[in-house]
Amino acid sequence: MNKDPYNLVVAGVGGQGNVLGSQLIGTVLVNQGYKVTIGETYGASQRGGSVMSHVRISAKRQYGPLIPPRFADLVIALEPSEAARVLARYGNRNTVAIVNTRPVYSIDVTGGAVHYPETNGLMEKIRSLTSKAYFLDATDRALQMGNPILANIIMIGAVSAAGILPITESNLEKAISEVLSSEKVSVNLKAFAVGKELIASQISRDC
Amino acid sequence: MPLISLDEPGKEVLMMGNEAIARGALEAGVQVAAAYPGNPSSEIIGSLAGVAKEMGIYVEWSVNEKVALEVVAAAATSNVNALVAMKQNGLNVASDFLLNLNLTGIRGGLVMVVADDPSGISSTNEEDSRIYAKLADIPLLEPSTFQEAKEMTLQAFDLSRKIGNVVMIRSVTRISHARGNVVLGQLPRDLPTPRFDTSSPLSPMPSSLSHPALHRKLERAAEILKDSEFNHYEGPENPEILIITCGAGWFFSKEAIDILGLSSRLGVLKIGTTWPLPGTVLLNSLKTTEKVLFLEEVDPVLENNVAAFFAFHNRELPAIDFMGKNSGHVPSTGELSPDLVLQVLSGLTGVRIPDEEPDYVEKTKEALLNYAPNRSLAFCAGCPHRSSLWAIKKALALDGRDGILFGDIGCYSLGIFATGYFQLKTLHAMGSGAGMACGFGNFARLGATQPSLAVCGDSTFFHSVVPALMNSVHSGSNFLLIVLDNSATAMTGFQPHPGSPVNAMGMPAPSIVIEDLCRSIGMETVVRDPFDIEDTALTIYEMIQRQTGPKALVLRHECALVSAKKRKAQFRMRVDPEKCVGDDCGCNRLCTRVFKCPGLIWDRSGQKSKIDEAICAGCGVCVNICPSQAIVREDA
Repeated sequence: MNKDPYNLVVAGVGGQGNVLGSQLIGTVLVNQGYKVTIGETYGASQRGGSVMSHVRISAKRQYGPLIPPRFADLVIALEPSEAARVLARYGNRNTVAIVNTRPVYSIDVTGGAVHYPETNGLMEKIRSLTSKAYFLDATDRALQMGNPILANIIMIGAVSAAGILPITESNLEKAISEVLSSEKVSVNLKAFAVGKELIASQISRDC
Repeated sequence: MPLISLDEPGKEVLMMGNEAIARGALEAGVQVAAAYPGNPSSEIIGSLAGVAKEMGIYVEWSVNEKVALEVVAAAATSNVNALVAMKQNGLNVASDFLLNLNLTGIRGGLVMVVADDPSGISSTNEEDSRIYAKLADIPLLEPSTFQEAKEMTLQAFDLSRKIGNVVMIRSVTRISHARGNVVLGQLPRDLPTPRFDTSSPLSPMPSSLSHPALHRKLERAAEILKDSEFNHYEGPENPEILIITCGAGWFFSKEAIDILGLSSRLGVLKIGTTWPLPGTVLLNSLKTTEKVLFLEEVDPVLENNVAAFFAFHNRELPAIDFMGKNSGHVPSTGELSPDLVLQVLSGLTGVRIPDEEPDYVEKTKEALLNYAPNRSLAFCAGCPHRSSLWAIKKALALDGRDGILFGDIGCYSLGIFATGYFQLKTLHAMGSGAGMACGFGNFARLGATQPSLAVCGDSTFFHSVVPALMNSVHSGSNFLLIVLDNSATAMTGFQPHPGSPVNAMGMPAPSIVIEDLCRSIGMETVVRDPFDIEDTALTIYEMIQRQTGPKALVLRHECALVSAKKRKAQFRMRVDPEKCVGDDCGCNRLCTRVFKCPGLIWDRSGQKSKIDEAICAGCGVCVNICPSQAIVREDA
């Protein structure tokens, strides 16, 4: 991490495992001696609304549970239009985004009241608001693994492989067994490996 | 191993604010804990329930908040330590008992945690529960960090025992529902057995004795808390502006000062013991400045109390400008945020808030406008409430007398929005839908013609609907209560209630059957599965035709989120592209535009409906919605 505090937003839609994802990242970092604060905006998390977790990581002190506007260093978006929403408020020129490409349509979209942005345009917009954006078909891979909820761990795998946060298979394994249970370890570590593999081609293009 | 019972003193862990409170209670030797669930407070009792067996303590989800406070009071008047937790609305329910208990006092320790929800993030209302501490003359503590949430709970028990009265902790969403580092302390080994001293009865009468005694307890609390570590000042000796803050406001104040580079100009007085006020601390701080800014969440409680304190000490203090909610420098309601505090401090000091270059800001505006489509709240895919409200809508349309559906508190409150077809017409407190419907059901004698209906959830039914039902039987009210029984307190995290076969501690428990209870007081009662939409709609229609007193319809189907945890989806759904002819159908997109299940999406390229397999819960209800039978369900 090149900044203190390092500010991460995990964005998505209710039911995507946003809260758990941020809790696992937080646990990994607290176990490494960091002060971590997570603010969870999930009043209506299960009910189709936008959900955000703010994760603030510092070697020095405990920060507040909300990131000030324009102060996000990393955005992990479990849904692409949520990446745009969060970047519009918390992004800056140096923000990095890791984005799951699979849209979740709101009832406003399915009902025809508003349009969902077209994929290429949305990706372009996300790129224009970040210093680097990675796009992953995490939900598609999670569905192949049998459960779309695994997309959140796939995204964490990508964060790890991109070298953004000090998350490894072994420290994540410890966090999963602390936060969830030991029987959940194996399927989640598989998802973690899938995330690493999915982002690999995009990382090699950087070099 | 659950985090909150980890017996490793000194270990630093990531904990939710609510878990930190629960851990503090365990370290204080809590033996009884009770609550009715309500966010943002639910995880306090939820996490204690999870460790009840191993810790040898008694934890319950009570039927409502008043009973919860009574249960813990039984412990705290019998020499043991007890904790009750609730959200702001819960304290309204419990307040009648609180305003008597405070006068008798207790013989153990009783900590009452109230988690307020500034801006109503997971609430229908916003209120500032701190006013009750003043009303009840009990000490009030407000944590600003996760560590402090634990320490304060631990010390609150000590204070409660020392003064022999209830101590209130007010948390807020940004503490309760946030996570941070907490260093664990010691867990106690030996705990006392509850014993009520029958030789010394507890009664607030006469109040001429008990009320002054209560005031003396509060004075004693002020004395004990006068050097509390929960109050501290950080900043220059003579700050240009002294910020007085509490709760989550402290984090935001500190960070805004950092960002704006104001640490040599502004000081922050954090108050953790907000009632009674720490007089000496305040006096010393107020002497150092001519401007004070209050940053607190919801109402100007600390602000008004300090203003009154200032009035009583004006001869010892300089002239001071007080700025805050009363002066309009801070919005008069709602929660604080880093941006709000930045704006207030920037406005007062003239220091600009750093921002990106204008071209970037312009791009963000466009992103928000065109790339972040609105996301209205919606019932989950497979939610039985969607079917129930669809059936109610059908029945009321068929009836044609402009029937009124009085609403209540739970996931189904969303029935006031598009996802529930705008069917709910009122939304107030727990149980008040049934009470209002009971009232309206008696107005035929005044010439009223509209059918009167109410919905409530299963947990709400037990919490506070039952008294309205007895009222309706006795008064002969013609109303229909529809109980949306999804077998869960779904909104707050699936806690058991008196209708559940298990209790908070996971042990088997006798369950009260809703229809049996309704019938036992003389209500005609039927039970239906809302997934059978046609039958449900006809039943409702038929029940509101007869003017034969109060009736109950229990619409029973398990919460989709609970089902998903237990078993695989029942059906694999698909839309037959041959049968769905899109906009040529004439149904005007009934399934996506009107029914609005998030599992059904409109495929813009194909111009037909489609199933989103990542969202669809496989409930199969939409098969009955499509007029062209284009939606197909196959056994999964």
